[in-house]
Amino acid sequence: MKADPIGVATGSYYLDGDHACAEGAIAGGCRFLAGYPITPSTEVAERMAERFPKVGGVFIQMEDELASMAAVSGAVWAGAKSMTVTSGPGFSLMMENLGLAAMMEVPCVVVNVQRGGPSTGLPTLTGQADMMQARWGSHGDYEIIALSPNSPQECFDLTVKAFNLSEEWRVPVLFMMDECVGHMTEKVVIPNADKIDVTPRKFYKGKKEDYRPFKFNGADSVAPLVKAGDGYFIHITGLTHDERGYPVINAEAQEKNVTHLVNKILKNEEKIRIIEENQVEGADVVVVSYGISSRVAMKAVESAREKGLKVGTIRLVTVWPFPESRIRELAKSVKAFVVPEINLGQIVLEVERCANGEAKTILVPHAGGWVHDPIDILNAIEESIK
Amino acid sequence: MSEPTTDYTDTLTIPEPKENLKHPLESYIRSERFPHIWCSSCGIGTIVTAYISGLQKSGLDPEKVAVVSGIGCSGRAAGYLRLDSFHSTHGRALPFATGLALGNPELKVSVISGDGDIAAIGGNHFIHSARRNIDLNIICINNFNYAMTGGQAGPTTPLEANASTTPYGCYEYPFNLPFLAESSGAVYVARWTALHIRRLTNAISEALQKPGFSFIEIISPCPTLYARRNRLGTGLDTMKFYHDSATIQHGADTREVDIEYQKKIIVGKFVDKDKPTFTEARDTFLNKKLGDQYVPYRRPNNGH
Repeated sequence: MKADPIGVATGSYYLDGDHACAEGAIAGGCRFLAGYPITPSTEVAERMAERFPKVGGVFIQMEDELASMAAVSGAVWAGAKSMTVTSGPGFSLMMENLGLAAMMEVPCVVVNVQRGGPSTGLPTLTGQADMMQARWGSHGDYEIIALSPNSPQECFDLTVKAFNLSEEWRVPVLFMMDECVGHMTEKVVIPNADKIDVTPRKFYKGKKEDYRPFKFNGADSVAPLVKAGDGYFIHITGLTHDERGYPVINAEAQEKNVTHLVNKILKNEEKIRIIEENQVEGADVVVVSYGISSRVAMKAVESAREKGLKVGTIRLVTVWPFPESRIRELAKSVKAFVVPEINLGQIVLEVERCANGEAKTILVPHAGGWVHDPIDILNAIEESIK
Repeated sequence: MSEPTTDYTDTLTIPEPKENLKHPLESYIRSERFPHIWCSSCGIGTIVTAYISGLQKSGLDPEKVAVVSGIGCSGRAAGYLRLDSFHSTHGRALPFATGLALGNPELKVSVISGDGDIAAIGGNHFIHSARRNIDLNIICINNFNYAMTGGQAGPTTPLEANASTTPYGCYEYPFNLPFLAESSGAVYVARWTALHIRRLTNAISEALQKPGFSFIEIISPCPTLYARRNRLGTGLDTMKFYHDSATIQHGADTREVDIEYQKKIIVGKFVDKDKPTFTEARDTFLNKKLGDQYVPYRRPNNGH
């Protein structure tokens, strides 16, 4: 279906990534935001607080990020498309109830405008060091989807996409911005509502007594939702459960429940995957990057190409699930992967795992606080094919 | 004294009912989940029964009532009630319930959980939900300890009481929950024990009909851990203790209702006042500020 025009601020703007993300959320159908102020993400919540009363949305500033993430799940079971927004320290607090959302298969969006860490770290300066936390941060086995935009325009477009993916797969989608993209101001075009595709929530339509809130088998294993208050008398728990949602505390139930949480994402990785490839065919080196680093890398790649090097690029728009099969395939034809990221080595581990020794993998680390110097990436490219 | 001559043997046989009789409350219970996990003579089952009776008495449509629990013995209440019911994370029942209540303003949302869940790990959520006057009904079952994990001391364990983490007796001051609730902004505050079924049922009915943040503390026996460790006897002995030591004082000053170890327990309805709920205050305020521009939240009905 198309976006509800009430939430779409059609026009051309000069916006930063945080504000564009807020507009993308509203256009994508979000009508509930629970959040807690934290730099550098607060502008998202501020814009939603201003916009929501005029578009029929609920904004609530909670007492902390634990509460924010819990309230998001509650609001989804009430029927609302819901989100929260935070940065590193708040993201850490959200991990508990992000696990609950994964277990309850709650479609929702969690925006993390990454800053330098660990702990309070660099509140106002950029980082990309929460990428592994995005996947592994809550205890136990589960899978999420994570997107990484590299411009304010993408903060709009991909936030809509994030809501759509969350509804399609009934999973929390983590929107992994970084401070640079969040505070970078560029032209953002918000199209007409009839040009914005919005995935409606899949609601159950059968007999009330036959409803099962979960479905653990088969390709079509994403069960439709119902809303509290509609007479289904659902029971939903963070405990290991069966398809009725009832707790079952044994190894067999755990196998079914948890394998489902993981497989519904990993087995559909190629359907979920959004990656941007450029000149990878015949390339000797492929630069794998995401978020703001992908734009810095372009400068290095252009310089390398001017020097006659055959360099391709892959930009991970969906960082999780990781495009494993594509990297494995490319590893057979390229000599090396170069991975610049604003951390001391996170996504590079996935690239290295998938390259499996068939191609070299070189990290270009940056501890955070600023973006790479393109020369460091260029040097790594040159080094990689020596 | 002569031997009884009447043969009572046949009275021990329970006759088969002529028709399929159902327990009058069965439609509210997920009996397919029985047996439940609670210990014999634990107070939680009695309180859940009082909750159902109170719900019936309130006249609310069960389809428009949801229950959220946290973690712990009391946290399992949601799982046995045939209502829309959610078993959330430890301490987070209130914020989860906040999302549920704001996402569907037609719902009356109850939180049934324990003293540790609500007042320790969830303490911050408790005071802020009360401050906002979110339309929530809190049923806080206080058994003075963390029972599910084996009887550790909690935020309500009375001074001197023994728990597995206070093996020499508790030397931390406990919370006075009604005072905490009132001073945080609750519009309805009561305390009963698991013995006061009729009064508790009435209180639950009243609280369910009360718009805003209502809070009922229910003192409840934990025979397996708290009572045994403190040599207080069986669940029945605990009930007798409630009978002898509970004093009804409606309207009592909540500053004066602290609970001391094995001393009197002041029960009653302490607070019942009117104040706009979070949603009412928000709608009134934004209507005033934004006029026609204000678009109140409508619960989605088509997935959008």
